[in-house]
Amino acid sequence: MDYSPVWLTLKLATISTGLLLLLSVPLAWWLARSGGWLKHLVSVVVTLPLVLPPTVLGFYLLVAMGVNGPLGKVYEQMGFGSLAFSFSGLILGSMIYSLPFVVQPLQNAFAAIGRRPLEVAATLCASPIDRFFSIVIPLSGPGFLTAATLGFAHTVGEFGVVLMIGGSIPGETKVLSIAIYEHVESLEYVQAHWLSAGMLLFSFCVLLLMQLLNRGNGKKLL
Amino acid sequence: MKSIHIDIKLALSDFNLSLNLDLPVTGVSAVLGASGSGKTTLLRCIAGLEVPEHGRLSVNGHVWFDSQSGINVPAYKRRIAYVFQEPSLFPHLSVKKNIEYGLKRTAVKQRRFDQSMVTEILEITHLLMRSPNRLSGGERQRVAIARAILISPNLLLMDEPLASLDSGSKQAILPYIARLRDEMKIPIIYVTHSLDEVIELSDYLVLLEKGRVSAQGLPSELLVQQSLPLAGKGDTAAIVDTTIESHDITFQLTYLRFSGGVIAIEHRDLPIGSKVRVVIKARDVSLTLARPEKTSILNCFKARILGVDPDTEAQNIVRLKVGQTILLAKVTLKSIRLLELKAGLVVYVQVKSAAIMK
Repeated sequence: MDYSPVWLTLKLATISTGLLLLLSVPLAWWLARSGGWLKHLVSVVVTLPLVLPPTVLGFYLLVAMGVNGPLGKVYEQMGFGSLAFSFSGLILGSMIYSLPFVVQPLQNAFAAIGRRPLEVAATLCASPIDRFFSIVIPLSGPGFLTAATLGFAHTVGEFGVVLMIGGSIPGETKVLSIAIYEHVESLEYVQAHWLSAGMLLFSFCVLLLMQLLNRGNGKKLL
Repeated sequence: MKSIHIDIKLALSDFNLSLNLDLPVTGVSAVLGASGSGKTTLLRCIAGLEVPEHGRLSVNGHVWFDSQSGINVPAYKRRIAYVFQEPSLFPHLSVKKNIEYGLKRTAVKQRRFDQSMVTEILEITHLLMRSPNRLSGGERQRVAIARAILISPNLLLMDEPLASLDSGSKQAILPYIARLRDEMKIPIIYVTHSLDEVIELSDYLVLLEKGRVSAQGLPSELLVQQSLPLAGKGDTAAIVDTTIESHDITFQLTYLRFSGGVIAIEHRDLPIGSKVRVVIKARDVSLTLARPEKTSILNCFKARILGVDPDTEAQNIVRLKVGQTILLAKVTLKSIRLLELKAGLVVYVQVKSAAIMK
């Protein structure tokens, strides 16, 4: 039994969730606090991966990451080699794919705080950055937890995008879902059972954990 | 330049806020107006939470906002404490951490108030370790006031701080605010729609109507002007600022000196020389043409009638000048005819009772 897809999947999910959180915090803050047509436009773009078939997303990503694609070209000129069919490419793909799952809980959490606590903090001599770290982040704890859990779980479960841009290079792009698919293709049901049951148990535990934390906070995360 | 200068213009949804005010930097300046008269917007502009379209704001010569020269000091640099209508404590911090939030952001050399003294005055020392959601409404507001004061502000803004409380907690909190005014020496701008709070707290009064100042001045002067919307609100009354002159132990009385003479009230255990504000309700004042003799009423003053204003169908309000003080008397229409009361007439005023407000 080859466990390398499991470790690769966890590594991919951890890195892309971490990067996504960093990227999504300013984006979600901006979406929660601004108005106007630009906000709506950006909102739609951020939500697109939620409704787009993963193969469509994967196809465009593949085109962009290819040797002649805009992303692939830049990446190669910077001396990192090919972006498509690489672990870095997978991280980029996962981040785009999971973006709405991280941005939306954060945006809701930020919006739920309202203006009042921030105004109070301002009259108590806290600068905008200070207010963000001393008021916004602690008050949106549940939002951060939901965002991280959803982003992680969603990246672990992705298949279509990985199939399009990653292929199945062992140790580089062969993640869990791909491994399961290949086991089934070659009628290795025992291995497929082990990995699938593991995924099922993992997903169950993640949701159970969120339920328990939800109960503690007294308000809905999802 | 020791004054709070406010000159702001701002379009609101149904009227324009246009104010030009100079407020004293000592004591409580009350801003009284109906809801929607622009009181809260005025405070928000002073605090820097809202930006006026035009104008200038300065406190003791420090310019906080000037549309002409493009100055707009952000709220967090103005050092203005703000007590909101709802206590708005930070739910993720304990009472102690809430109180220390602003204090921590105040440089040590700027701190004028001691944390334990402030928590003692507001009687919240025993609550420090609690979470804000386990406090009563009155306790929360006291914590919010302590939190605001500990930034050692240049100015304390209070936006109807009692409006969200039940009447019991209201009465319990007013003395704390009075102590802050007397002991901390922070100028306070106090927004309210309650005449009782104005009478109890204010040293200066501004009346706001649809975004404009309709009158400003000493509360004792504004309260007795019939042309202003204050009259007829609840019990018509005059307020008289007095000084305690002496105590009479035998008869358990305290004598208060004001510009028109001396008022006797039931004995109050206050030091001689302390300033006391009394409220004299118009219905407790009666008039006679000759100096009354053999009367049970102790307080009798010579007064000149300034005018007679209609009140209800059967009653009129007579405005009287006693020394420099203005008093109001509620007199039936019949008595006005019988005694031929009119402006300029000299009469004797009998005051049945006077209540101390502060």
